[in-house]
Amino acid sequence: MSRVLMKGNEAIGEGAVRAGCRYFFGYPITPQSELTHYLAKRLPEVGGLYLQAESEVASINMVYGASGAGARVMTSSSGPGISLMQEGLSFLAGAQLPCVVVNMMRGGPGLGNIAPSQADYFQATKGGGHGDYRLIVLAPNSVQEILDLTEKAFELADYYRNPVMVMADGIMAQMMEPVELKDEVQRKFPPKPWAASGLIDHPDSKKVINSCFVIPEEMEDLNLRLRDKYTQIINKEQDCEGYLLEDAEIVLVAFGTVSRICRAVVEKARQMGIPAGLVRPVTLWPFPAKLLAAGAGKAKCFLTVEMNMGQMVEDVQLAVRGRVPVYHYGRMGGMVPVAREILQEVQKLYSGGEVK
Amino acid sequence: MKKVFKRPLILKDVPFHYCPGCTHGVAHRLVAEVIEELGIQDTAIGVAPVGCSVFAMDYFEIDMFQGSHGRAPAVATGIKRVLPDRVVFTYQGDGDLAAIGTGEFVHAATRGEKITAVFINNAIYGMTGGQMAPTTIMGQVTKTTPFGRDRDTSGYPIRVCEMLAPLEGTAYLARVAVHTPKAIIQAKRFIKRAFEVQLKGLGFSLVEVLSTCPTNWGLSPLEAVKWLEEKMVPYYPLGEYKLPPGVF
Repeated sequence: MSRVLMKGNEAIGEGAVRAGCRYFFGYPITPQSELTHYLAKRLPEVGGLYLQAESEVASINMVYGASGAGARVMTSSSGPGISLMQEGLSFLAGAQLPCVVVNMMRGGPGLGNIAPSQADYFQATKGGGHGDYRLIVLAPNSVQEILDLTEKAFELADYYRNPVMVMADGIMAQMMEPVELKDEVQRKFPPKPWAASGLIDHPDSKKVINSCFVIPEEMEDLNLRLRDKYTQIINKEQDCEGYLLEDAEIVLVAFGTVSRICRAVVEKARQMGIPAGLVRPVTLWPFPAKLLAAGAGKAKCFLTVEMNMGQMVEDVQLAVRGRVPVYHYGRMGGMVPVAREILQEVQKLYSGGEVK
Repeated sequence: MKKVFKRPLILKDVPFHYCPGCTHGVAHRLVAEVIEELGIQDTAIGVAPVGCSVFAMDYFEIDMFQGSHGRAPAVATGIKRVLPDRVVFTYQGDGDLAAIGTGEFVHAATRGEKITAVFINNAIYGMTGGQMAPTTIMGQVTKTTPFGRDRDTSGYPIRVCEMLAPLEGTAYLARVAVHTPKAIIQAKRFIKRAFEVQLKGLGFSLVEVLSTCPTNWGLSPLEAVKWLEEKMVPYYPLGEYKLPPGVF
């Protein structure tokens, strides 16, 4: 065990290497560049490959090839680059190929800017590409958790044969924090009998990596199998953290960077006598609806706080099923909400009769 | 009696879905024969494109990938980098390779990826019903150039071999046709060379195959063969465009 100071971007790289990822295909974009710098040096040390592609479109398709050949593989990008990968993600999901994709979100829409944002929530959790499919989406809120969740992402990807997205923002990507690097263990990788690695590996059964089924009955059959898988993920993988929820009447809901600010807001509100609490989703898909509804039983209202226009609001509304109102406070375009602003919103709700 | 001619074992014994007179079947067969003759069926991995030949994944009895439109060279890059001892090839049409996939094939070539591209140029989009391709020749009538391809509206056709030849990463480039027995014999020889270049690890190899599309050209199979000879070959001269020094 050792304790080192790391940037979020570097922690993703180290987490990937520790998870046994040996292939990275990517294209430069701020604010995730340090991840590529880290892996360009680190992967060759462990016999791996960092390859700079000609575009994000090429990157995600290289990931498709590498994953289909049986490798643990990842790519990373931010906003515009992730948009370019959507077709590829749909193909990966359709062909049931595991991979890890990192999105260090930046201000948008359009070219936007390189400041932190959470405005890709819809894109990540509701589809993004074409067709019925889902990504597993993980939202760390510390450099330590970036490291841990990146490792977990590879396990989930292989277990479910599905792309997993690790989603954070420019602040998480750039900030440095101490992390505990656990002693490396010898990993056992799951067998991949479906990989199309050449007949030499499976002389009696040809393997095809494919998402094309011309006959609608066969295409629907794939969709049904995907739905079964997604149902299993919804039932098993929901994850969130609660803070001071037991008697909380105003419950803030926030993920990633914003969840850290909201934790400070909750503490401040408590000092002022306001019974506030916090739910922090760790999995954005599957959204931790069960835990949110169960953990915040005394809530009289919810306040989602996000760096977007309110993309998580409807997931919270669905989780509480109209029992209590759900409000939203957000900053956009690369602006980060500060504790004072959020506290004012909490006070408004409290004095405005929402919690009477 | 000795059998002197048979179907390649790695080509599935089913009726292909290709139209009468289409030469995809000939090109499939040549690739299959080359793979068998080189004895690489256990290590060959193919990437099928989007377009008429998407079902190549079903016809070749080896491991196959179905890639997204135009991205086969990127998919092949991913496979080859993970499994460098496998023989990885793409089979792509002109829309797939020379229009939507321009970025991918040019960069796979300039990186010198040790993969082989079999590029079927029939000067038209077949699967979608006969629209202009990047390789549609000047004056050619298609569904989207109803008055013939003209330079002011649609620009000029792309000559892929000529375009790739200056790139240092390319090791072998050839253009062949499959419209006559003589052309087919040469086509097989050059396709074999492209795979041999990959086996020797020399860099990117590509064989452009001039092919017919009677259905969307609006011609009979025989007329199509004649049209290829008279209209396509003059614009797309056959031959080897790049050879690794001292190999063949």
